[in-house]
Amino acid sequence: MSATDSPVSLPPPDTAERSPWGEVLHSLSRSGTFLTGLGIVVFWIVCALFGQHFVPYDPLASDIINALTPPAADHWFGTDQLGRDVFSRVIIGSRDILTVAPLATILATIAGTALGLVIGYFRGIVDDIVSRVLEAFMAIPVVIIALLAIVALGTSKITVIVVIGLSFAPIIARTVRSAVLAERELDYVAAAKLRHEGALHTMFVEILPNVIPPILVETTVRLGYAIFAVATLSFMGFGIQPPSPDWGLSISSNYGMIGGGFWWTVLFDALAIASLVIGVNLVADGVHGAFND
Amino acid sequence: MTDPRQATNALELKELSVAYRVGRRNRAVLRNVNLTIKAGEAYGLVGESGCGKSTVALSVVRYLPRNGSITGGSIALDGKDVMKLDAEALRRARADSVSMVYQDPGKALNPSLRIGRQLTEIFELTGVTGQAAEDKALAMLNRVRISDPASVMQRYPHQLSGGMQQRVAIAMALANDPSMLILDEPTTGLDATVEAEVLDLIGQLRRELSASILFISHNLAVVSNMCDRVGVLYAGMLVEEGSTRDVFNDPRHPYTVALLRCLPRGGQRKDQGRLDTIPGFLPGIGATIVGCAFADRCALATERCRAEPPPLYELGEGRLSRCHYHDRAQSLPRATPAEIAAVTPKQAPPVLQVEGLNKTYASHGRPLRAVKDVSVSLRPGETLGLVGESGSGKTTFARLLLGLVPPDDGGSIELEGKKLAPRLASRSEDQVKAVQIVFQNPDSALNRSHSIRHILSRALKRLGGLTGKTLDNRLEELVRSVRLTDRHLAVKPRQLSGGLKQRVAIARAFAGDPRIVVCDEPTSALDVSVQAAILNLLADLQSKQDVSYIFISHDLGVVRYLSDKIAVLYLGRIMEFGSSEAVFSGPHHPYTEALLSAVPKLDRTESARIRLDGDIPSAANPPTGCVFHTRCPRKIGTICETQEPELTEAQPGHTIRCHIPYDELARLQKPKAMEPA
Ligand SMILES: Nc1ncnc2c1ncn2[C@@H]1O[C@H](COP(=O)(O)OP(=O)(O)O)[C@@H](O)[C@H]1O
Ligand code: SF4
Ligand code: SF4
Ligand SMILES: [Mg+2]
Repeated sequence: MSATDSPVSLPPPDTAERSPWGEVLHSLSRSGTFLTGLGIVVFWIVCALFGQHFVPYDPLASDIINALTPPAADHWFGTDQLGRDVFSRVIIGSRDILTVAPLATILATIAGTALGLVIGYFRGIVDDIVSRVLEAFMAIPVVIIALLAIVALGTSKITVIVVIGLSFAPIIARTVRSAVLAERELDYVAAAKLRHEGALHTMFVEILPNVIPPILVETTVRLGYAIFAVATLSFMGFGIQPPSPDWGLSISSNYGMIGGGFWWTVLFDALAIASLVIGVNLVADGVHGAFND
Repeated sequence: MTDPRQATNALELKELSVAYRVGRRNRAVLRNVNLTIKAGEAYGLVGESGCGKSTVALSVVRYLPRNGSITGGSIALDGKDVMKLDAEALRRARADSVSMVYQDPGKALNPSLRIGRQLTEIFELTGVTGQAAEDKALAMLNRVRISDPASVMQRYPHQLSGGMQQRVAIAMALANDPSMLILDEPTTGLDATVEAEVLDLIGQLRRELSASILFISHNLAVVSNMCDRVGVLYAGMLVEEGSTRDVFNDPRHPYTVALLRCLPRGGQRKDQGRLDTIPGFLPGIGATIVGCAFADRCALATERCRAEPPPLYELGEGRLSRCHYHDRAQSLPRATPAEIAAVTPKQAPPVLQVEGLNKTYASHGRPLRAVKDVSVSLRPGETLGLVGESGSGKTTFARLLLGLVPPDDGGSIELEGKKLAPRLASRSEDQVKAVQIVFQNPDSALNRSHSIRHILSRALKRLGGLTGKTLDNRLEELVRSVRLTDRHLAVKPRQLSGGLKQRVAIARAFAGDPRIVVCDEPTSALDVSVQAAILNLLADLQSKQDVSYIFISHDLGVVRYLSDKIAVLYLGRIMEFGSSEAVFSGPHHPYTEALLSAVPKLDRTESARIRLDGDIPSAANPPTGCVFHTRCPRKIGTICETQEPELTEAQPGHTIRCHIPYDELARLQKPKAMEPA
């Protein structure tokens, strides 16, 4: 310091205030919507992880003598046409869908984020071309893409994950793109250019952390759709394969029975799917609210 | 019946206390504020940001944020106790008698509705409908002197300039013919000339409307031009009050004295000494205050000050001061020594030489010449001030230098004798680090996800080529050179105040020992006290490192303090270029003359105002001949409309682009010495 230095005493940094993430957590912890949704989702996760320890029957064990018994004390949700305990199957049935749908969503998020960053950052011709292709892609219903892919590749969980992941990626890419377009106008991006930072650094180190909130919101919304898509594909026989007690699969193999009055073979699986989708959507609403307060 | 406005005070705050609830505790923001605004009076409220000015404004209309509450005292509007009004009466009071204008006109305007719709809506609320409401809306726009109001009615807010938006916001505030108009920093975001116009407008309206005004600003000069009386707020307390002339010419509280000294005044320049600053900082909200709230920052403080809270002493003639030693407030010693090591100007070769630089953008298929034929040169350690209204090409010029946008072909930029590639990507590492920038808005310039340490380390790594231990050492040095400390490193930008963030931005620009730093309005968002410290810092860094600045600001006093040379830009052209002395002391180009006369002055000297009418013309469709002829108060005839004047050398190193000969300009401008405040 030289003699010309002006003495200044500066205010300390403000460390007391909650961080933006703290703020989000705080508002989530007070959001009834979020907590309700979270409760439902956590319930199903617990079933998937620990269900085998508390279900009364082996979900795969058939017991032909007791086939199609209505709900009663020893089979709360009744049994199916092979005499398998529907309650145990519903509990354990969460397992596959809760693996496949989140993995598909994660894949969609990673691919969509990378794509969205690239088109948002480079804009111009890259954006024009890629966006057109994505739009065309998004115009085709997921189920049709999935059918085509599965017919071509054969059914496996991996195929389902890849197909759903890739068909959701453009939607996430679109969200990321619009966030990046706003972000790249900020001066810190110009400052990065003035350090000769490469495009990768600017996209992933500078911009990405600032577009996490919309990505998180979009991801939770997509998870709800992914669950629905997985259940649909399983129902159509292109998703999760027997003998899994998967909900969509169970409905598909039992829905012919409704006519015979054996409603319990379908109802509880349907309710399970609905509750999980609703739970995830409530979480998504809560997350959206917390970030947009 | 007599007009109740004459009988009662327009606004009367008695012992008003307001608190914000933060972290389960009520924290005091306003402490027993007594304030009276008489009918028809304009009252100015000044003080650093955070002292509670906006809270006063919001309390009056009971628009406090949800966690705010009035914890004591009373508010009377036109003699009616605001706190006793029920919801309906309050709504009516807000609709009928009080209006508020905020700093950001965006707050008042709905981005998705046309201006016309928004204005007519207000009248419809008062029961006027259809064509009548529309006529009234049109009349309102006329009243705020918007040119071509019919077309403005058809436009959306984003299609209007900031100045126009603020006019519309004022029109909306006036629609109910309020008896009390509250203006919270209404011109802080605007250009000098636009600011002057809006202030003129407010002044004229005041005479027409007989509304009382509460005018809030951190800009002392603006308040001094606008208001009859001022109050100085500090830590939620009124510390000084009196007539504007008295308070600004003969301040009786050390805080007021210190605030006034922070401003570069009377043409003060960096080589004549540093600006004075106010040490320390405002007590946080809810702080317990024993004794005088200003004691920690006051060089006159004694034991008595720390123990005994000063009352608001009455000094006669309506003057009040909350200082035990109000009689010697003006003997407050300087906080920052003025002396500086003398810098001997070197006759080094120019560090920057710009020749014939052009930039043409495409605007709706038409060429828009944002920068036209600009040539300047700058020596090491010098500052080039760029002056002109927004839209005059200052920022584009800066971006061309930085390589962020490529210039048109032809023309050249030379750095230390070597040609700079037009595009940043093709410049060498050395050239890139040699030209850096301090942006106007640190919130945009600093990545909010990164810690200060990350931000500065990355700059040192990329620009300084440093790693490991050397980087750490240099980081420490860099942080100290902008007077920050280690504990500022671990935090994120949002945890720092505006001034601290700007220091980080400055440190980042200096990480690679730059030759030229562009400063684009670096202090326009800051308080005068913080601004003074930042300007001192820039001046110190310059004298130590021989760095050159391109300094952009709409505050001409600030430009003058820091600049050695000035370029005055209008529609992308240089209208005048020369040493700071020559440009400011004149004779000036008529445009420069108008800019200088638009500067609000602290001492309210009524110089014959050279006004600029209307907005700056579109650069896509510039006027023929002299581009300034549509607004030039000194236009001499058709030659101005048909022939573009050359930039001619009036005196060695001083060039002016005008058909009026230099001697004639000198004669025309003689009677008034134009000095920015
Ligand atoms: N809603 C709020 N909650 C908590 N603190 C607030 C709130 N609004 C303002 N403050 C704080 O109150 C103080 C006074 O603020 P304000 O009235 O906006 O001052 P000014 O207008 O003079 O800048 C500041 O410290 C500010 O940070
Ligand atoms: S009372 Fe004392 S500390 Fe307060 S302003 Fe006056 S001299 Fe300074
Ligand atoms: S040339 Fe004419 S219009 Fe242009 S500045 Fe000079 S006097 Fe004004
Ligand atoms: Mg304020």
